[in-house]
Amino acid sequence: MLIRIKGARILDPGNIDEKKDIFIKDHLIHDIVDPEYKNMEADVIIIDATGKILVPGLIDIHVHLREPGQEYKETIDTGLTAAARGGFTAVCCMPNTNPVNDNSQVTKYIIQRGKEAGFSRVYPAGAITQGLKGEVLSEIHDMKQAGIVAVTDDGKPVENSNLMRRALEYCKGLNIPVLVHAEDTSLADGGSMNEGPYATFRGIKGIPNAAETVMVVRDIALSELTKAPVHFCHISTKESVEAIRQAKKRGVKITCETAPHYFTLTDEDVKDYDTNFKMNPPLRSEEDRQAVIEGLSDGTIDMIASDHAPHSIIEKDVEFDRAAFGIIGLETSLSLSLKLVHDGKLTMENLVQKMSKQPATLLGINNDIRKGNIADLTIIDPDDEYVIDPSTFRSKSCNSPFSGMKVRGNAVLTMVNGRVVYQRGIQ
Amino acid sequence: MRFEKKDILDIESLEPWEISMILDTAEGMKEISERPVKKVPTLRGKTIVLFFQEPSTRTKLSFDTAAKRLSADTHSISAGTSSIVKGETLIDTAKNLEAMKPDVIVLRHPSSGAPHLIAKRVKASIINAGDGIHAHPSQALLDMMSVRERKGKIVGLKISIIGDISHSRVARSDITGFSKMGAAVSICAPQTMIPKGIEKMGCTVSPNMDSCIEGADVVMMLRIQKERQGSILFPTEREYATLFGLNRSRLKRAQKDVLVMHPGPMNRGVEISSDVADSDCSIILEQVTNGVALRMALFYLVAGGNRHVDSH
Repeated sequence: MLIRIKGARILDPGNIDEKKDIFIKDHLIHDIVDPEYKNMEADVIIIDATGKILVPGLIDIHVHLREPGQEYKETIDTGLTAAARGGFTAVCCMPNTNPVNDNSQVTKYIIQRGKEAGFSRVYPAGAITQGLKGEVLSEIHDMKQAGIVAVTDDGKPVENSNLMRRALEYCKGLNIPVLVHAEDTSLADGGSMNEGPYATFRGIKGIPNAAETVMVVRDIALSELTKAPVHFCHISTKESVEAIRQAKKRGVKITCETAPHYFTLTDEDVKDYDTNFKMNPPLRSEEDRQAVIEGLSDGTIDMIASDHAPHSIIEKDVEFDRAAFGIIGLETSLSLSLKLVHDGKLTMENLVQKMSKQPATLLGINNDIRKGNIADLTIIDPDDEYVIDPSTFRSKSCNSPFSGMKVRGNAVLTMVNGRVVYQRGIQ
Repeated sequence: MRFEKKDILDIESLEPWEISMILDTAEGMKEISERPVKKVPTLRGKTIVLFFQEPSTRTKLSFDTAAKRLSADTHSISAGTSSIVKGETLIDTAKNLEAMKPDVIVLRHPSSGAPHLIAKRVKASIINAGDGIHAHPSQALLDMMSVRERKGKIVGLKISIIGDISHSRVARSDITGFSKMGAAVSICAPQTMIPKGIEKMGCTVSPNMDSCIEGADVVMMLRIQKERQGSILFPTEREYATLFGLNRSRLKRAQKDVLVMHPGPMNRGVEISSDVADSDCSIILEQVTNGVALRMALFYLVAGGNRHVDSH
């Protein structure tokens, strides 16, 4: 079977940016041709993508799929369906499941369930420490053999600095990336939202910027000490962006990501004790939001990840300070990020770098749009306007603060391994 | 204008005219408590649930007394006796209470915003009797009532509030209320107990206690929670009293006719010396008396509809 995608602007930064037609055959990119090219084969499925942008499959490097253990919030199947709808051909799932993905058995289970789901790809991240307890290293090599692409104790920091040092050294030897959840929990001190006037008004215990930044600075120092690369997850503060900017200038081997909510919302938006605005790190000040956008613009922030964190009403329809941290994001991430392009903060090329190419590089995936490569592709309609409605989500959960927000731009087709796993309004 | 609010959740959501109306109504209620038969039939047949998820003596008794003086039936649920200890969520508990058709639920809860959460889910009026460190509207209203009664006005007064502002819902509600009604509010505390951005609520932060009470018309002392002693907020009660305790010599900086207030319970010798607490300028017990009248007014306004007090 041959598929021809017609009329799209094919955009793979550093490789191709042209109006071309692309042929897909047997999971692979069969050919990239001029639009005028007349194919001789009889049995061709034509997809008309005129006016759309075809990019290497988007990769969300930070999601929680909740399986095994919390299938009432999300399953690997529903999470990967949501990923496909959001335009992601692959996701990297965090290890804080139950049981924790700190051994090869759990890793294999996740990969198997991902294959059965048959939508987007799943790349599991394993735990740095056994049980995410921050005490003993997991069998990282064994998990790598089973298929993990990174390690992290996401949700919790590795508090012990010496253990973190050894983890970085160990993982450097195994050539596996370490994703850092930067939080000093003693400074966070049980807070529920950003420390500042809005927390004060609402009587909610605050989490200061420094709770994130001191750990970012610590791990920059550990990266310099060990010469091992470090990737910082969900960067939210002005000071963290600046620390990373300066460290990169010195040549420290660090990368980082932020999430759409940190460049879209602020702590002022946390109204009426709505727990869909509660996540960790918390929504910060307008100054921080601007700094995050600046960091994305100047390249300090390498990637955008959703930190998709499904929760049910059991965790969310409760008192604010007792509610779980986290919001879903797989099905809103691209639309919210496209606003940066519409606002002139990022070029479309930058966006593809941050949502596809850099994540691929970090995880060691080749998703270039080249003849002979696996056909993992996303087609974006940058001008499709719609209102976000969580009731239409494929995710099992609907804990989104973006409900009712008007956005512009969306994924209209997601192709994984040469197969269309999601399409909407495109024939 | 008619009072239309279903709930009393915080001071922020009340307009100045609504605050004035509450205070006026409370003044009218005061006399009922002076009668030989301290009861009017105004809320006969109404059901009021006192749902207290945190320990309380004075506030609970005050609400209970207020309800009974208006002839409402009251029922009391506390933390240890509710199904919350069996794992029921707050919303489920509230919905179950709602199913028994109460007219008013008075809620005290350790989580900020808990009354706001259930107010959206139930038809009964919710009166916030203290939520976390967020708000304690009936306390702020009775404070404003007590000050207005003595001074004849609130506008233009200098109100000084000293104590653990960070963890005080009373402070937040008083700062909002008094500044809304035109007073100048000045606060003072160890820097560890001044939350970020508090000045945006309408107060000024004084660098020390002396400057805070300079020329004050009202000095309000907040309870310092003993369990915070030796934590990272302050070293000892002794040092706290030296820097932030109210005593006679410090009080001389205030106006001659200064009023000293305290929401209780007091720590004598810590935030307030006994001679000041018991002096003529102290209206601490008047606050308690007014508390009953003020809470009667709240019940009347949210549950009494158009009825007149003493309608018989």
